[in-house]
Amino acid sequence: MRMGTQSSFCGKSPWSKWYLTAALVLVFLVLSGSQDANALPAFARKYGLRCSACHESWPMLNYFGQKFKDNGYQLMNDRDAPIWQNPGYWPVTFRIIPIWHRVSTGKVAVDQGTGIARVTTSGFDISGLDFHTGGTLEKNFSFYVLPSSDATASFHFETVMARLDNLFGSPWLNIKLGKFELDNLLSEKRILTLTGNGGIYQLYHFTPVGDGNIFGQMGDNQLGAELMGHSYNDRTRYSAAILSSTDGNVGLPYGNAYTGYFAFSQAFDTGKLGVDRIGAYAMIGQAPTYYLTQAGTPLAGSGISNKSFHREGFVGQFYFGQHLDLQVVTQHGWDNMWFGQGYGDLIGGTVTGNNLPGTTLPAGSQAPTWNGVLFEPHYVYSPQLIFIGRYETIRMSRQANGAGSASPSASNLGNISTYTVGFRYNPFMTSRAGFAWHNEYNWLHQDGTGPLIGLSTSNVNTSELLTGFDFDF
Amino acid sequence: MDNLKRVHFFSAILSFVLAAGFTAVRAQDAPDVGPHPPQPVKAMESHIGNIAGHSAGGKSDYRRYCAGCHGDLGDGNGENAVWLDPKPRNFTLATFKCRSTLTGTLPTDEDLFNTIARGLTNSNMPIWNTFTKQQRADLVAYIKTFSPRWEKEKPGDAIKIPAEPPVTIESISHGKALFTKLECWKCHGPQGKGDGPSAATLTDSQDNPIRPYNFAGGGDDSRFKCGSTNSDIYKIFITGVDGTPMPSFADVIQPNDAWDLVHFLRTLQVKRHSKENDVLKAAGGAIPAYVEKQAAAPASQSENRPAAPASQSENRAAGGGN
Repeated sequence: MRMGTQSSFCGKSPWSKWYLTAALVLVFLVLSGSQDANALPAFARKYGLRCSACHESWPMLNYFGQKFKDNGYQLMNDRDAPIWQNPGYWPVTFRIIPIWHRVSTGKVAVDQGTGIARVTTSGFDISGLDFHTGGTLEKNFSFYVLPSSDATASFHFETVMARLDNLFGSPWLNIKLGKFELDNLLSEKRILTLTGNGGIYQLYHFTPVGDGNIFGQMGDNQLGAELMGHSYNDRTRYSAAILSSTDGNVGLPYGNAYTGYFAFSQAFDTGKLGVDRIGAYAMIGQAPTYYLTQAGTPLAGSGISNKSFHREGFVGQFYFGQHLDLQVVTQHGWDNMWFGQGYGDLIGGTVTGNNLPGTTLPAGSQAPTWNGVLFEPHYVYSPQLIFIGRYETIRMSRQANGAGSASPSASNLGNISTYTVGFRYNPFMTSRAGFAWHNEYNWLHQDGTGPLIGLSTSNVNTSELLTGFDFDF
Repeated sequence: MDNLKRVHFFSAILSFVLAAGFTAVRAQDAPDVGPHPPQPVKAMESHIGNIAGHSAGGKSDYRRYCAGCHGDLGDGNGENAVWLDPKPRNFTLATFKCRSTLTGTLPTDEDLFNTIARGLTNSNMPIWNTFTKQQRADLVAYIKTFSPRWEKEKPGDAIKIPAEPPVTIESISHGKALFTKLECWKCHGPQGKGDGPSAATLTDSQDNPIRPYNFAGGGDDSRFKCGSTNSDIYKIFITGVDGTPMPSFADVIQPNDAWDLVHFLRTLQVKRHSKENDVLKAAGGAIPAYVEKQAAAPASQSENRPAAPASQSENRAAGGGN
């Protein structure tokens, strides 16, 4: 494939050369026309800092922005209490993204023809609307509320949390309560990509094929309480959270199960390279597999017979001067074999299996495990122009249906590989609004999840090209 | 062939998108360009320990982190400056508050280096201790490109800070007497609350209103603009805070007197745990009247010297902003 593409450029088509040359010229012109960033809504309005002070590229935080967040959205310069806010300040930012995108999915089961087709569609679209509101209620009392809608304006609360900062005068003691993003160094909520598959970190949401455990998704905001602390300069950070095993769903829909999330990281001054950081995380929890029923319908909140799961890995943030950085996350995942056999989220309808008394697992069942890694390099030409790349791969190391099973799974069932490339350009940013022209391409490959072709499952390739205006005000 | 079509397709998409974006960028550039930073007259360097900073290395970080307030031209007129109080530093004047050098002289590279990391409390200047030392050194060098003073003058010599004598109730008492004699209370107020009779009239060298420090306002974590230790307070007496009405007392106060004044000022920070407050508490919580018999002691010789400069205009002559 790669060789074929190269040969196309090298000799077969003058048009290819023309397009490539034109594209490179335009890229150069765009680069030469870029300026540095100005400011960001909400917090920038309060503090008068350019958005680039806190964001590598909005919304992704840089080190200073991470410290600001860890301090409870405070600069710690005695100007954090609301009394210092300009009376005209309103701590709200709206964000919405009109786009054009082209999505192509292979190996879709259809009624026509051979029963399998590639479905390609394109057109104009919009994202949902986010209302970001956050800041301080008083010095060392912080909050963040984020009502968020889908594209049809159906709202939910993505984030609702209050935080007590610097308890006993120590940055090592901060307590947060509510629904919030887990302390992921590489934040999915601040991801720089927008496509359906590239707009999330696959590693943060992976579940093996047929697995019923939705509760280990690190990328979803969760309900719980978090104890977090950091050194004065934020070089050293830790967090420990206790979460309801509900995947952030409100109303206690599952049962009495909890999950712990722990993270630790240490940053190092590497001279001219920058401040590099390495860390580790672990998510260890339980979730129900057995629900009481009422007229055959699972009863919300009745979940028992909790089973375990865990994910753990390392995180690295490596900077190579002012323009280039590489973010790395690894993960090892393990689910109890009950989850692997399709027990777990019966309330949400992910699975149908109910671990009623007397239920036994089929022969050959085993706890599924997997390993994954993601690499995300950024080239920050200026705070207004960033190029993004990402490669993620997840490989199953043990399938739920092992060799002793009646129908053992292929060893590669559910494996994922995905590439994302793109760039974001902010032609202007002021202290009242932000605007990014976003361009992105994502390609995702998953083994064995397509329809049967003969006796074999097929692999699915999905690609998406997206261009749009990501703006906030 | 399929590959060729794919290349054509994506090349066309890329070209279209880039062309559209380029047009949009060009159309919107003009109103938002603002002043571009001038090319440095001369590349500057900074030297902090064994770290050498270069202005070329600091330019990008300056525009990313600093220019919003201090301005692309370093003149303190960033787009957010209008909303800030105190106003951002005007680097073109090369007048700085926090120095280890005598009043009117340029600060050392290390002074600027430390100010960046420490931030300036009671202002919008954050604590930039997230930078690497190299980044800070580069920023110091870049800041020096804004004023020709850095080419014509050398930084002053750093003052020597003698060892701090023990805190005693006598030193606190003497410090209080000095606080009165040197008329510190006129600006800072009798209880150090920043509410002295002159407080409302104070302006900096650029005629912006300025408030004297409120010693009583902070908690246990209270800081001063130029540091948080006793040595930092001592340094402020000797160097003054250029560009503000706070004068240098280098010529009118002896080292031991300055330390006594430091000890007394700590007691004005009533919410802060300190050895000075412990000594005061042990002495019954009241500062005894200063006994004149110590007037003959060497430590009090300064009391016979001329009083500190009182003229605001004289103090402001040092130049600078807030």
